[in-house]
Parts: sequence; structure tokens; C-alpha cells
Amino acid sequence: MKFLRILRTSLRALRRNVLRAALTTLGIVIGVAAVIAMMEIGNGSTMAIQRTIATMGAFNLLVFPGNMATAGVSFGSGSSITLTPGDADAIVTECPSIIAAAPIVRTRTQIVYGNRNWAPNSMMGTTPAFLEVRDWTEMAEGEAFTDRDVRNCSKVCLVGQTIVRELFAGESPIGKDIRMQNVNMKVIGVLRPKGANMMGSDQDDIVLAPWTTIKYRVTGTSVSTPNLSAAAAAAASATVLPSQVYPNYSLSLYSVPSAVQTTDTPAPVRFAGIDQIVAAARTGEQVPSAIEEITALMRERHHLRGDMPDDFNIRDLTEIMKTMSSTTELMTNLLLIVALISLVVGGVGIMNIMLVSVTERTREIGLRMAVGAQGPDILRQFLTEAVVLCLLGGIFGIGLGRATSWVVRVVKHWPTATSLGAIIAAVVVSATVGIVFGFYPAWKASRLDPIEALRYE
Amino acid sequence: MDLLELRGVCKTYHLGEVDVPVLKGVSLSIAKGELVALMGASGSGKSTLMNILGCLDHPSAGEYWLDGKEVSGAGTNERARLRNRLIGFVFQSFNLLARTTALENVIMPLNYAAEHLAEHEMRERGAELLRKVGLSERMDHQPSQLSGGQQQRVAIARSLINRPRLLLADEPTGNLDSRTSEEILDMFKNLNQSEGLTVILVTHDPGVAEHAKRVIRIRDGLIEKS
Repeated sequence: MKFLRILRTSLRALRRNVLRAALTTLGIVIGVAAVIAMMEIGNGSTMAIQRTIATMGAFNLLVFPGNMATAGVSFGSGSSITLTPGDADAIVTECPSIIAAAPIVRTRTQIVYGNRNWAPNSMMGTTPAFLEVRDWTEMAEGEAFTDRDVRNCSKVCLVGQTIVRELFAGESPIGKDIRMQNVNMKVIGVLRPKGANMMGSDQDDIVLAPWTTIKYRVTGTSVSTPNLSAAAAAAASATVLPSQVYPNYSLSLYSVPSAVQTTDTPAPVRFAGIDQIVAAARTGEQVPSAIEEITALMRERHHLRGDMPDDFNIRDLTEIMKTMSSTTELMTNLLLIVALISLVVGGVGIMNIMLVSVTERTREIGLRMAVGAQGPDILRQFLTEAVVLCLLGGIFGIGLGRATSWVVRVVKHWPTATSLGAIIAAVVVSATVGIVFGFYPAWKASRLDPIEALRYE
Repeated sequence: MDLLELRGVCKTYHLGEVDVPVLKGVSLSIAKGELVALMGASGSGKSTLMNILGCLDHPSAGEYWLDGKEVSGAGTNERARLRNRLIGFVFQSFNLLARTTALENVIMPLNYAAEHLAEHEMRERGAELLRKVGLSERMDHQPSQLSGGQQQRVAIARSLINRPRLLLADEPTGNLDSRTSEEILDMFKNLNQSEGLTVILVTHDPGVAEHAKRVIRIRDGLIEKS
């Protein structure tokens, strides 16, 4: 009730000089508008920058197999094969911070098309999830292979821009077969250009295929013989088996095991080892929790007891992450400084006019005191006026700022993003400016002597 | 019974190191329902005495009994409450709020006292007073749209809004022509006679003082024996 009365008195006083009130609050309007517009444009830019950095793989986590040590000699990271495609699937389904994960099988061979040949920098067998992880789902041409291709060991592949240039001399490779270790692979898609990575190696010099195809067809291992020398031996023995050369030749080199023998000595089931898993966290903030989740999951899946060391390594791209967070921080600080300066300028304007107003209305103050207003009543009245002025300025500023950012978005096509935080901050800050800069004039008014004030000309 | 009584009131201003005594022991009493003129030349201490009577200032020494209470020692806020409850002011220059309607001007003092009153009660009371001073047609007019006499009548209505015991009019006709002055003075007389309101007219004009039943003259900070 009382507050409403004070508010009404203040509004009435402001209405007595609308133009001046509007000009007074212009500083706040422009300040708040600048803050809102900058925040919205800045937020949009930050998001755009983050998206760009994310395509560089900022949220990516790399899981490598652990090292193997024999007789005190360590073979370094990745020397033992402990990761399986199942691990990749489990990471996606069981780690809430992970949005996608893909197994990777690496190889390096020559690829041939027509009379040209080339040895790509990286040849990877993977799943379609890899494209999601690397933010590479849109093809420049053709389309990506599917999970079905992975299950079927389809002889299909995707090639990078460098391959198109070097192997196909720029013509479209879609539908053409390239030869890879005597396996014909049909090119079904061309990846979009990504350029060099941070270390300068060409990311477009790449061939992607289903990991099953690379593992079982190209590198020549099979499910039951995961290890390369065994595979070679098997292949060697397979080619020279007399039974294949002479179908009627029934000599068996080894005695055929009986059913009992087979049951007694089951063939050891080996998982298909993979070289690496790449996973993408949902956001930058979730990278640490993603690492924890993957560690816990892998230890469980690999049956590691509490005191046993991890048989895998997880790496994140700390450097890129740091770049991103420092970019964001810089942006935020810059905006904060701009905001502070403009609001202080606006606040000084408010204080200036409020002081003028107090002087100008000395007689009114004297009259109010003569009819019984006490110091605090006068203080409250002028403080309310200042705060109302600032809040109105803030509200207009928010509208103006949003309009500005809308214009920028529509006309200049800059990315903008609404910032609720900025709006709340603008209201709070403009009210605070009103209180801080309105207090001194109001206090001065409340300290006037009614006799002097009534006599003031 | 006396509404107010001054006993040996002194007021000394300190201008730097010099003490300027303005009131040098004023004693007077005014009964309820009196119409008194307070006369004196400028510099006689008339304004200072009026400020003390109106509880705008406090005496340096002496006693001031107002409505049965000793108020010379009252603090700033206490005096503000006394002014609000007991005293109505009418000024020479009207002191109306610009760009504010007559009605709003009249009910302005209620903002500081009558918090229990609802908005429409305040407006009713203000409208009634404006009718009483003959301005029922001009409630929504702003001061700039009113003549001097009308403005002063708004000011009188305003001074009556809190139902004061004492009406203190400081040169109420100083800015008005003689015909309007008569009207205003008649209004004071009416209020005094019909409602028994105690009125003090502060003036230097003998013509105004004529209207009062009693004239208190002040010279050099002392009451002249009449």
C-alpha cells in the first residue's frame, strides 16, 4: 500500500517532465541495449566458434589399448590388443556423457586405381559412428556406408579430397572400384574437406571403410586367427593344401578329431581386436566425466581387479579444449568490460540529472517537509524515482538490444543467440545503478532544512 | 484553554563566530478559536517566531506548549509529525506542485500521515474541502490553469486536509490583488467563526491585521505591549 503510493508519487513526478526523464535514462537504455546486443551477438559467435572448434575434435576422447611388457621390456602404448568393437558399443550405450563412439582398425597399404597408385596417410576401418564423432556426416558427394555394410563386410569405402585429387585426378570417384591389397572396394562417398589438423598432417588423405572389411578382407586376418603371423601361416597352409589343388586327394595330414576331443578342447574364442576407439562427449564440460565413465566401464568389461593397472589409455584433446575455453573466457570478459563502462556512464547521467532535479524541486521538498514528510520519506521518494527511471531504461534497453541483434541477424547474417542471463543481469544491474547513483541525490534531498527549502528561489 | 503558549522563547543563530540573537524572550499565549495577526517589520524576528510556532524550527531556550504538550525539545521527526497532525500551512507563494491537479495537491499531505485511508477516501476528503473553498468545478485543473486567488484557495484546502488545530498563514495575501485578498481573508474568518479553527496571520500589512481580533506586534525580537 505504502510502497504503491510512493511508486505512484514517483511516476507522477517523472511524468511531469517526460522528455527529461527519457533523456536522462537514455544512457541506461543505450548501455543495457549495448550489453544485450553484444551478449546475443557474442553468444552466437561463441557458439559458432565452439561449433568450429568442435569439428576439430575438441570433445573427442581417444581410447588406446594398453602397453605390453615382456621380461621388463615395454612395447609402448597400443602394443597389446585389449579393445574390442563390443567395447565401443558398450561405451555408447552405458556412458551418459558420450554421444557417439566408434572402433578403429588401422592399416596402411597401397591403393590402386587404373594406372595410378597412392598410399593414403590413414586408412581406417570403422563404423558410421566415426563420422558423427568427427562431425563429418555430410558427404561432399555420394553417401556414407551403413551399419549393415559393417555387418556384411561390404567392400565399400569413402575417400577424402586428397585421394580424389591424387588417385582420380579430380574426376568423381563415385561408383568406381579401387584396389586395396588385391581387394576391390567400391567408392560410395567422398568426404568433405577438413584440411590439415593441428600437427599439420593432412586430414583429407584418408580412406574409410567398414572395420570388418579392413580387418578381415584387407589385412587378411580372420575372426578365429586374430594374430597376424597366425593369419599368415593359415593363409600359407590354406593355399598349399592338396585338397584344394586336387579335390579328390583325401589324404589328411592330421587325424580328424573325434567329437569328444572337440568338446574337450574348445577352440579359444578370441575377440576381434581393434586398434583404437574414438568417442565424442556431449559437451566440453562433460569431457572429464566421460573419461571417468569410460575408465570404470572398461575396467569392468576387462575384468580388472582393484589393484590391477588399466589395460588401456584414454586421451583427450586438452590443447584444443584450452583454446576453446580461453576463447570463450576472453569473449565474456570483453563483453563484461563494455557492459560495465556503459552502465557506469549511464549511472553518472542519472546521478547528474537527479541532482539537478533535487535542486530544482527544493521548494517542493520544503513543502512536503512542512506538511509532515520526514527525511526517510523524501529519501524513499527520490530513490524510487531513480530506480524507476533506471528500470524503465533497462526495459527499453532490453527491447532495443534485442531489436539490434535481430537486425544484425537478419541483415548481416551473423549468428545470434538469446541470452536469458544477460536479460536478468541487465534488469538487476540497472536497478543497482539506480540505487547506487540515485542514493546521493536522494540523501541530499532528505537532509534539506524545510525553512531554507521553502525560502529557496 | 490555551492552544499554544510560549514562555521566554529565545532563538539565537550562529553565523560563524558571531551570535545573532533574533528572539530575546518571547512569551505569548493564543487560545483555541482565536484569529490572531502576527505583525512586524522585516528583520523583527517575525519569520523566526512563525517558524517556531509552526514547529519548523526549535527555540534555543524557553518553553513552547502546543496542544498541552511541551514541544521545544522535539526532534526533527517528532516535529514533522506535529506539523502533519496539528498545523496547516498557507504560504505567500502558494507552493502548489506544478503539473499536478488541484485535487492531487490537496490530498498530498495525506501521503505522509493517513496511511490507513484508502485512495477513494482520500479523494472524497479532498473533494469536500475543495467544495468548501468554492473550487468544486476546478478539481482537475493544474495550478497554471488557476488564478492566484484560486491557487491560494487550493493551498487553504490543502492546509485543512489533516484537520489541523492551528492554521498558520504566512503573508497569505502578499501575492494577491486587494479584491482577492478580501475573499481569502473572509475565508479565514469564516473558518475561524464557523469551525472554531485557530488562525495566525503573519503579515506586515496593517490592512490584513485589521481583520484579526487580536494583533501581536513584534519588534527587535520582543513582543510589543499593545
